[in-house]
Amino acid sequence: MALHFELVTPAKLVRSEDVHMVVVPGTEGEFGVLEGHAPFMSTIADGALKVYRTENATPEEIRITGGFAEVGDKGLTVLAEHVG
Amino acid sequence: MASLKELKGRINSVKSTQKITKAKQMVAAAKLRKAQAAAESARPYAARLAEVMGSLASKITVSENSPKLLAGTGSDKVHLLVVANSDKGLCGAFNSNIVKAARVKARELEAQGKTVLFYLVGRKGRAPLRREFPKQIAHMFDTTDVRDPGFDEAERIANELVAMYEAGKFDVAHLFYSKFRSALLQEPTDQQIIPVPAPKAVAATAGADAVTEYEPEEEEILAALLPRYLRTQLFGALLENAASEQGASMTAMDNATRNAGDLIKKLTIVYNRTRQAAITTELVEIIAGAEAL
Repeated sequence: MALHFELVTPAKLVRSEDVHMVVVPGTEGEFGVLEGHAPFMSTIADGALKVYRTENATPEEIRITGGFAEVGDKGLTVLAEHVG
Repeated sequence: MASLKELKGRINSVKSTQKITKAKQMVAAAKLRKAQAAAESARPYAARLAEVMGSLASKITVSENSPKLLAGTGSDKVHLLVVANSDKGLCGAFNSNIVKAARVKARELEAQGKTVLFYLVGRKGRAPLRREFPKQIAHMFDTTDVRDPGFDEAERIANELVAMYEAGKFDVAHLFYSKFRSALLQEPTDQQIIPVPAPKAVAATAGADAVTEYEPEEEEILAALLPRYLRTQLFGALLENAASEQGASMTAMDNATRNAGDLIKKLTIVYNRTRQAAITTELVEIIAGAEAL
């Protein structure tokens, strides 16, 4: 049970890994993405992604600005202009 | 004929020029590798964004209500030529090729009765274009204080362009830069960036794409992504340009080093001949003197 998560900035591919869940601060509200999520696209408000490696792990926060999230069969892809 | 001392001086000066060109060639080779790696790592983002834009574009139709960046202002009177050059020389015809492409386009547009404005990025395009179109330089973007133009620069340029566009200063923008084919070949390229050319709609894979949900609506997402798309394109162009500059520099410096080598060889031959002639003359004089006694 793993979600493939990719974080890409214009300069490089920052992350490409399998995680349990990612909580994304969408412009119309936060949403969590687990494995098998329906295809989905959303713009992201400037804020922090919360990455849960395992079910009960404390989330790792990644601050991004200018983001866009795409959920497809390949998992979650977050395009962000700036990370950190 | 030049004296021995003069020849020696010339040989030495060519030698030190050769040292400089050789050093610059090696620096360019090292930088080229870095620039290529940077261009390489920028690809995933650009590719994904283009994909998303494509799938969005297949869902909506361009109408008057579409964002201005996509639909245009409705006229094409004023054209802005964004010319991206390097800040440094010693790279052969790299800059003049880009400038030439921009100049040809400008003349063509002027012949059609359009107004042409320039937006210059980098230092080396300024002088030739300002000489020819002194009143049409809208802005000069300075990149001399950064080592490698990166995403921040692309962002600033894009923001300025969008602001100018929204203020109605121009209707169409073209971007001129050099596409990197290989270290030996760089292609000056002309690309329309505003209005954003409709991304190629990808054929929606049956089923998978049909159920994709959008939040907010497709149009809003598209409106949010357009400036980003523009930034990404500018960023890509800056990276291509950086790689091209180093490639051109490497080739030019390789040529220069070789030419300097040829010149040194030629001068050395002349030097040796002159030296021998001087010795022969001296001997003849001594012998002639001895015979006279």
